[in-house]
Amino acid sequence: MLSANLSAIFYLISGVLFILALRGLSSPETSRQGNFFGILGMIIAITVTFLSIGNFSTGFVVVLIFLLVGGLIGAFIAYKIPMTAMPELVAGFHSLVGLAAVFVAIAAFLNPGAFNLGSPGNIKLGSLIEMSIGAAVGAITFSGSIIAFLKLQGIMSGSPITFKGQHPLNALILISIIVLTYLLCSSQSSNLFWILLAISFLIGFLLIIPIGGADMPVVISMLNSYSGWAAAGIGFTLENTALIITGALVGSSGAILSYIMCKGMNRSFFNVILGGFGATEQSSSSQNKEQRPVKSGNADDAAFLMKNASSVIIVPGYGMAVAQAQHALREMVDTLKKNDIKVSYAIHPVAGRMPGHMNVLLAEANVPYDEVFELEEINNDFANADVAFVIGANDVTNPVAKTDPQSPIYGMPVLDVEKCKSVLFVKRSLSPGYAGIDNDLFYKENTLMLFADAKKMTEDITKNL
Amino acid sequence: MEIDPFIFRLSIFILSIFIGYYVVWSVTPSLHTPLMSVTNAISSVIIVGAIIAGLAGDSESIFNTSSIFGFLAISLAAINIFGGFLVTQRMLAMYKKKKKDK
Repeated sequence: MLSANLSAIFYLISGVLFILALRGLSSPETSRQGNFFGILGMIIAITVTFLSIGNFSTGFVVVLIFLLVGGLIGAFIAYKIPMTAMPELVAGFHSLVGLAAVFVAIAAFLNPGAFNLGSPGNIKLGSLIEMSIGAAVGAITFSGSIIAFLKLQGIMSGSPITFKGQHPLNALILISIIVLTYLLCSSQSSNLFWILLAISFLIGFLLIIPIGGADMPVVISMLNSYSGWAAAGIGFTLENTALIITGALVGSSGAILSYIMCKGMNRSFFNVILGGFGATEQSSSSQNKEQRPVKSGNADDAAFLMKNASSVIIVPGYGMAVAQAQHALREMVDTLKKNDIKVSYAIHPVAGRMPGHMNVLLAEANVPYDEVFELEEINNDFANADVAFVIGANDVTNPVAKTDPQSPIYGMPVLDVEKCKSVLFVKRSLSPGYAGIDNDLFYKENTLMLFADAKKMTEDITKNL
Repeated sequence: MEIDPFIFRLSIFILSIFIGYYVVWSVTPSLHTPLMSVTNAISSVIIVGAIIAGLAGDSESIFNTSSIFGFLAISLAAINIFGGFLVTQRMLAMYKKKKKDK
């Protein structure tokens, strides 16, 4: 049996290893080593827990069985999941962290003796507060992530669900969570604990349903942050340094990602959270606009333009993920490179459904990461490029964001695609993007619309090159 | 008067938030997806609490309501730990540099 002090030191070590795991992600070269540190930290934390309890009877075997079952399921999912489904996977994983936090809080509430927190009905006040916070945040993370998962999977419509009195209702529930926590701490009543859990689950659902599909990058980052705070809350209850450090790391990581995503859309965090953006009223207004002429072309025209270019910039978006066109795109680029054409990729911060989504898809298609650039790095290059190939992106290329103060996306940083000599825009139809606004780029002199499925169009272009 | 140990834990917590802030800002944007999956995996260190709960059954029966919640939480956290680290590994293995031109 390990002494309490010694195990605390080991928990500290595993916390430090988790910091190093995140530190490793500062560059792709060090990232694999970082992941190894993370795994090592986890092994230390679990081993130390077993040793400090020192109970290796039947209970230990049962614990190992549950651990292995979970582990096998996790490993199976990790190997099977296609890279395009990464947002769903991460949302699903968040929900599991949330639920695990709730279960640990319930276990601690029912059997506080096992955690040195007192006896049932007489739990130490501080621990009870920490436990309630951990349980409530965990429950919100769980139900919120389930909604995010359903929206990303397309099981639930991605359009925002709003109803009258939504915000007052949410505010009321949030206040009652605080009141209930207070009452729970003064009465120690288990009924109040269950009610607290139930309404926390409810508010998780209610908070996410009004948020639209394309705001998912913010939602996922936010839930990431919540799962961290839930873990930290439980960490305080268990007086466990590894959990406190990890919770704080994950909490601030998710918060920073949410901030970056909001900035990428030029919207405030509250504007996203309150939801309803891109709701139906906006898209209907675009229908009564007069028809403007567009130039459309086929794969042959596109191939001709690219063959005569000396540099091409590719702008991928969510549509590329939907059409699974990343491999076809890479093949097209390979052909272009054989003709001595310089190709680079431009990624908008909110392209896709989660932070860094496009980068992973391109990496999967064997695109070297030093050909892929962020908005600030590449935006000046559009003016010198011959062809911009927009595949599955829309709002992030809309010049309206720079010119029309009336537009809902005004002020959002966009890729200066229109500065290219010519623009090839792969899209199924002229329908507006998520923001429900027309893209001026469609009607520019130098834009050629390619109306087709992204994957099929890319393959056809390759054939014609 | 003695300082409550809670204050020490709070200090660790606050300082870790700052560490997290600086470390995460230095993460390259192209690795933001692996960042999310790895934070997922490490936040499942909550399994520590689940193990304590699972092993807290009394000598007659290892199963009671509390320990069953513990066991379930162990499986949930284990899905995340294995799934999170392995999928991160899988993603990171795909990030390759351009081959040097001959």
